[in-house]
Amino acid sequence: MEKKYWKSLEEQANLPVTNPGQKDEDASRSLLDLIDEEIDSKPSSRRNFLKFCGFSFATAAIATSCKNPINTAIPYLNKPEEVTPGMANHYASTYFDGQDYNGILVKVRDGRPIKIEGNELSSISKGATSARVQGSVLSLYDDGARFKAPKMGGKETTWNALDTEVSAKLTAANTSGKSIALVTSTIISPSTLSVINEFKSKFPTTKHITYDAVSSSAVLEANNLTFSSQTIPDYYFDKADVIVSFGADFLGTWLMPVEFTRRFAASRRLNAEKRTISQLTVFESGMSLTGANADYRHPVKPSQQASIILSLYNEIATATGGTPYSAPASPVNITKLAKKLLGAKGKSIVVCGINDTAIQVVVNAINQMLQNYGSTIDFSSSLNIRKGIDQEMTTFVNELNEGKTAVVVFYNVNPVYNYFDSKLLVDGLKKAELSVSFANAIDETSAICTIVAPDHHFLESWNDAEPKKGIFSLQQPTIRNIYWTRQAQDSLLKWSASTVQYNAYVKQYWQQNFSSKQTEYTSLDFWNYTLQKGIFELPLSTSQFTFANQALADSAKKCASFVTSETELSFYETIALGNGMHTNNPWMMEMPDPISKVCWDNFAAISPKMAEKLGVVTGDLLKIGNDLEFVAFIQPGQADGTISIAYGYGHTKAGKVADGVGVNVFPFMKMEGNNRKESIAIASVVKTGKKYNLASTQTHYSMEGRDIVRETTLAEWTEKPNAGNEMHEEAEKHNISLYKEIKFEGHHWGMSIDLNACTGCSACVIGCQAENNVPVVGKEQVAMTRIMHWIRMDRYYSEDTANPSVYFQPIMCQQCDNAPCENVCPVSATNHSSEGLNQMAYNRCIGTKYCINNCPYKVRRFNWFRYATNDAFDYNMNSDMGRMVLNPDVTVRERGVVEKCSFCVQRIQEKKLLAKLENRPLADGEIQTACMQACPAGAIIFGDTNNQQGKLMDLFTDQRNYNLIEEIHTLPSVGYLTKVRNRDKEIKKV
Amino acid sequence: MYKAEVRGPLILGNKDYGQITRDIIAPIDNKTPGWWKVAMAISVTLASIGIFSLYYTVRYGLGTWAVNNSVAWGWEIINFVWWIGIGHAGTAFSIFLLILRQKWRTSINRAAEAMTVFAVMCAAIFPAIHMGRVWLAFYIFPYPNTRGPLWVNFNSPLFWDFIAISAYLLISASFWYFGMVPDFASIRDKAKTKAKKAVYGMLAFGWTGSTKEWLRYEGLSYVLGGIAAVLVVSVHSIVSTDFASSVIPGWHTTLFPPYFVVGAIFSGFAMVMTLMIVIRKYYHLEDYVTDSHLNAIAKILVFVSLIMGTAYTTEVFMAWYSGNPYEMFTFFHNRLTGEYSFMFWAMVICNAVIPQVMWSKKVRSNITALFIISLIINLGMWYERFNIVVTSLSKDYLPSSWTTYSPTWVEIGIYIGTIGIFTIGVLFFFRFIPMIAISEVKSVLKPTEISEKH
Repeated sequence: MEKKYWKSLEEQANLPVTNPGQKDEDASRSLLDLIDEEIDSKPSSRRNFLKFCGFSFATAAIATSCKNPINTAIPYLNKPEEVTPGMANHYASTYFDGQDYNGILVKVRDGRPIKIEGNELSSISKGATSARVQGSVLSLYDDGARFKAPKMGGKETTWNALDTEVSAKLTAANTSGKSIALVTSTIISPSTLSVINEFKSKFPTTKHITYDAVSSSAVLEANNLTFSSQTIPDYYFDKADVIVSFGADFLGTWLMPVEFTRRFAASRRLNAEKRTISQLTVFESGMSLTGANADYRHPVKPSQQASIILSLYNEIATATGGTPYSAPASPVNITKLAKKLLGAKGKSIVVCGINDTAIQVVVNAINQMLQNYGSTIDFSSSLNIRKGIDQEMTTFVNELNEGKTAVVVFYNVNPVYNYFDSKLLVDGLKKAELSVSFANAIDETSAICTIVAPDHHFLESWNDAEPKKGIFSLQQPTIRNIYWTRQAQDSLLKWSASTVQYNAYVKQYWQQNFSSKQTEYTSLDFWNYTLQKGIFELPLSTSQFTFANQALADSAKKCASFVTSETELSFYETIALGNGMHTNNPWMMEMPDPISKVCWDNFAAISPKMAEKLGVVTGDLLKIGNDLEFVAFIQPGQADGTISIAYGYGHTKAGKVADGVGVNVFPFMKMEGNNRKESIAIASVVKTGKKYNLASTQTHYSMEGRDIVRETTLAEWTEKPNAGNEMHEEAEKHNISLYKEIKFEGHHWGMSIDLNACTGCSACVIGCQAENNVPVVGKEQVAMTRIMHWIRMDRYYSEDTANPSVYFQPIMCQQCDNAPCENVCPVSATNHSSEGLNQMAYNRCIGTKYCINNCPYKVRRFNWFRYATNDAFDYNMNSDMGRMVLNPDVTVRERGVVEKCSFCVQRIQEKKLLAKLENRPLADGEIQTACMQACPAGAIIFGDTNNQQGKLMDLFTDQRNYNLIEEIHTLPSVGYLTKVRNRDKEIKKV
Repeated sequence: MYKAEVRGPLILGNKDYGQITRDIIAPIDNKTPGWWKVAMAISVTLASIGIFSLYYTVRYGLGTWAVNNSVAWGWEIINFVWWIGIGHAGTAFSIFLLILRQKWRTSINRAAEAMTVFAVMCAAIFPAIHMGRVWLAFYIFPYPNTRGPLWVNFNSPLFWDFIAISAYLLISASFWYFGMVPDFASIRDKAKTKAKKAVYGMLAFGWTGSTKEWLRYEGLSYVLGGIAAVLVVSVHSIVSTDFASSVIPGWHTTLFPPYFVVGAIFSGFAMVMTLMIVIRKYYHLEDYVTDSHLNAIAKILVFVSLIMGTAYTTEVFMAWYSGNPYEMFTFFHNRLTGEYSFMFWAMVICNAVIPQVMWSKKVRSNITALFIISLIINLGMWYERFNIVVTSLSKDYLPSSWTTYSPTWVEIGIYIGTIGIFTIGVLFFFRFIPMIAISEVKSVLKPTEISEKH
């Protein structure tokens, strides 16, 4: 018997030991203690050994497989009345960046604006947007580039100090009689103009200079000459049967692309009722979006345009009894075109994007003879969005250099970057006593200004707008200013010694000026209701101008005198970047150009013939004219002997995304007459022998004879509604399966894309990116075919490389009912929903990429790296501020998983729940996917194929409908409608 | 009248049983040769490159490779199929020749099976590492779980792959190991150091060589052999369904299962030949692995090469005969011609043309020539897998997503690494395991006519 030792009587008596500090021992013991005890108490048997082994393995498996990220959510102490966590609020507002106007709805989640949609009430946007508008929400959160506080002499300061300094200098300038220059972009805000007027009355030496980086100066001047009205008329492409464009990319960048696209698409729609479409003829040097959508496109040199326009004028003048002028022979035979135009008098439009007053005068004369004014071209709702007269800026820069200007204030302009004679401007600025920039983010101009008085972002601002005569809209803040900024108008008011805040100012202005123009609301309600709707539109007041042809003879003479050079260089705005204002926006930077499919660079587009002559391939560096080097890009359809280069690149101080990407071509522009010319003759193009890599998302441009985009002509379609789509019937005939057909009870989602309406503008691409938290991956990754966009705009060429036909095809996940991706996933991470959606369970995906391979449409995207919170991908998802734009309804995907278009399943769920709450069936068209909502052409229709009365089934049963690669029986839920071009049979192959 | 040639003795040099044991375990008993150390150093270096590349992949993501959103599989799948193919021969060798009662296999099967095990281990690295989230690889195990339970997708060829490969690895490793038990016992019995005795004693499972043990041993061999025979055919057939069951032009073909199995045997036998030539050269085992062994393998290779040629022709013919424009494009514009045509013609020349020289007895008896041809075949088989994986993906249905693919250093590094791992395995095998099945060789020591004299 073992000897027993004890240390207390209780122990000896085997009583429980009581310890006052440890009352309930069991409760305080950890699970591990209990397990230890359990182990100790059990005899060591094989059974127990296995049990504990099993437990350990299971614990290890659980511990390694479960991740528990720590999230801290802080509830509202005082919940704002209108904020419900998880529910979005929408605010009507206005987008105007100095170039593009859009009536918008801003989606705000938990106090953060995260998405911009078009305002359906706006007669201009009708719910649509452009890619740039979609992307503009991201610039709000541009942590790297936005100013955090006012700056003086490069150092951060306070607003008080800044105001004291500026007021002193302004007063000094005013008293010394030196001028104060207010250089702004086009301002369409009546209130802002009123503020400027107040400023002017306070400082009478103020000169307001309107400067558009890419201006419509010539159009304004020509209209002044011919109609005595320095305005731009509105163009109704939907009312035109014959449209001719001379270098005006009205579907892409010219004036009001969103509205023009909608109107043009309307003129191109075909269905049982509308049996005809307009005909578009384009003369241009580089391939533009409008050129790509043309029925007839003529690649010509910029200098040849004048003689073609003049010849066209002569033809029409001869036919209508006008005076023809002597003209050089037109390089293109335009007799037929003239006949067509004459046949569509009052139902045609001739537009011209060339910044030359003489040419614009002749174009006006043509439209006048065709009786288009008042029918398709209308001054009664003239456009206000371009007011800049080139000469004004030149005069300002000269005066600046003469030392006549003491104070310069820049508002929404960046002339140091985009004024052609930037050096002169910079020299002049040194002579000014004070230069102020209102820029809200860094740019080249604010970098050399002595004072930066940062403006709010437009989503933080109050404002109003009058984009067209009689069409008004309001802008309201959707978030409190993130940084210590102040609205430019408030700054101006403050410096004018006014005590009014700008928001009160706008309200007062509206109640004073507009309230009386309506009878619907009382003066008090008017403001609230208008703010809610965002728009205020007056009925069109007809105003006719008489055509004066005094300037015509001189203009015709000038048109006849254009000299054609061997090689000509022309500049253009891209859909993504425009004049370079949004270059630091990573979404825009990574948006593949719809034509070239290149992003992250500008390049010298040359024709295939010229490339052959120079011995150049895409990627060779060219030395053009001076010392600047450009990378060559062979562009089918580029006019021979011309080189096109995009504006908007080559920034030096605009932020981490923009800086050092591409080359700035603004310095190439030249002042000729009163206008800045966007094309110049160049002496030489030399191959340097160096190479440069361009990132392109599509390198192969032929359809290889496959019926990917099915097309026909109007004549063929009229005879046979399934023309060009005969294969569909064949495929349907073979639509049989050994397996039981899956029935979709309830909903079965589908989408129809009208290839005849789609212009390729790519608003859908950015709309999708904003909605679905699609990451930006950078140039290198794009070049490796790793762009993440869920919807892509495929572009194909056919026929002649010198002047090809162009096709666009938006491709997203086709949501196949017989999806090849689904059955190959070993872990069922991608599977089919009961509503026909091909869904991705990201947290189940292990990333075998088998589904990517087996997708015939190649729409699946893999997260090759961790794109969020990764310094190697320092775009919007790498900072807390940048991530504010993320849509909380959509998961940010982890490294190593596959993702793809979900048909915006979050939007489907949202509307389904809403309908359920309201106890009603879902309405047709109630659910809009992000791409559909963004599309200005209305080319994308989402709906339920189980709804036989729905719009979608109308389109699905159209004879033009087909599915992509339908012969492999994937049963896609996306249908395409054939493309119909309005080409005459005999000249089909030009 | 045709008179069958009497087969010569399978083991040369008039050995007795004791001599055989001594000969074969000599490499284990002798000091580590210098060349072995050099080879090991090189292998470890290669393996380190591979391990670093693997680390780099897991640390930064699959983006460090060149695979992309159109060609989502690249070198990793090429190498996976390549290694699996090589890993075929060992078991095929043992089982088929066992069933066909080809006694000459006894000198070779051990090495071939070892090769199988190492090759399959190398192969298994790739499907794991090519996953975007390798740390969740266990999702592919079909086991009752707390996630629903959420089962795997039994329709997915990748899941079949996982099952086939793990079964194959398990069976071939067991088959190999159990075959070695009597030999381990022989080494144990001859071991001079205590440690060696203990290690080999453990490995020998207490083998005493009793009749009962031999009876069970044989029984087990036949059972495992029977299972493995099926697996040999199934594993590569299943690997081929990764491609065959897809919709991608150039993949979607019913030819693939037999084509892949034959291809695997082809590359496996070639690798066996490579290894056997090395073994007999460096370990002076020419008496065991005789010229006639190599001759026999060469004959098999010629025959299989003809099948490969037929398969290649059939593929191209079917692409044309089907009239499928996508297939036509893949074969005629992206394989026979086009940017990847080098790969196609290299494949044809290496696999279908060059092996034909082995019709000549002169070539078959020239060890150097055989060695070079065996390497060429393995190179050719690599090209074949490149052809299948990359060309089909690079240009499939929509020309808008066409792209090209060439690997990054990371992918090359992983491949190099697996070669290192394979050679490390083989070198360990040379050093610590009897390279020739001692007990089995003893059974074929006496040619028929000699034994008849007893």
